Amino acid sequence: MIYDNEVSISMSARSQNEAFARMAAAAFAASLDPLLGDLTDIKTAVSEAVTNAIIHGYENKDGLVFITLRSYGAEIIITVTDEGVGIEDLEQAMTPLYTSKPELERSGMGFTIMETFMDHVQVTSAPGRGTTVEMRKTIARQGRKSDFDCLFTGLGGAGER
Amino acid sequence: MENGANAVDVMILERNKNLIVKIMGDIDQHNAEEIREKVDKAFERSRCGHMIFDFSGVAFMDSSGIGLLIGRYKNVRSRGGTVAIANMNHDLGRIYNISGLKKIIGSFDSLDQAEKQAENRRARA
Repeated sequence: MIYDNEVSISMSARSQNEAFARMAAAAFAASLDPLLGDLTDIKTAVSEAVTNAIIHGYENKDGLVFITLRSYGAEIIITVTDEGVGIEDLEQAMTPLYTSKPELERSGMGFTIMETFMDHVQVTSAPGRGTTVEMRKTIARQGRKSDFDCLFTGLGGAGER
Repeated sequence: MENGANAVDVMILERNKNLIVKIMGDIDQHNAEEIREKVDKAFERSRCGHMIFDFSGVAFMDSSGIGLLIGRYKNVRSRGGTVAIANMNHDLGRIYNISGLKKIIGSFDSLDQAEKQAENRRARA
């Protein structure tokens, strides 16, 4: 499939890169002219996926996290991949409030937030082989003309640019 | 890009037996640890019963923030106190609602309101 735009990032699995990852995703999504709320949703979902890769996938040890950002029409497709320990029981891992790391004060809400903030989340994982999280979201464009805008255009507004 | 995107500042003050914690920066896994250490140390040293987070300087929070708040709630509860949030922006409201946090930690439009609520609790106790 040919995407409209595509960016790949590989970064060290270090917690200070969480901010970089979500800002890169926001910068990428910004070209789709999204509403601010959608941008926040994407940043939050990416932050959750990258945090999981670092603290669960690599258990805070060295490794690389791979992120791809793709767009097709109004849809944004994000993957976050680690080559860490993988997830043995996916269903359990995705259960709200379940966490394998209560000592780190994890809330167990990561996957729930990804699923709530994005349209579609798919997790592929194998023990010892790592995890890939693919998330999709169709962006509500800020510039999309609403009925309200059209009314004003019809009344002699600025019209199409 | 924001300056010092992954830096966080934590300002802590005691006022009328409330520990007021002002966070300036994003709350993610990276920053949550630093915030936790500072807040726990200050709370331990203080004789405060209640804890109020001023979120006016927080533009972003992920589930690490939920974990952080629940952890502090447990600490404060052990002294019989409450945790409240003031000045939370609209975007954070979504994560606050989804997490169920609102059942245990109140959110107030201003620091003043949060402090009044704590005062009322003290009066009732």
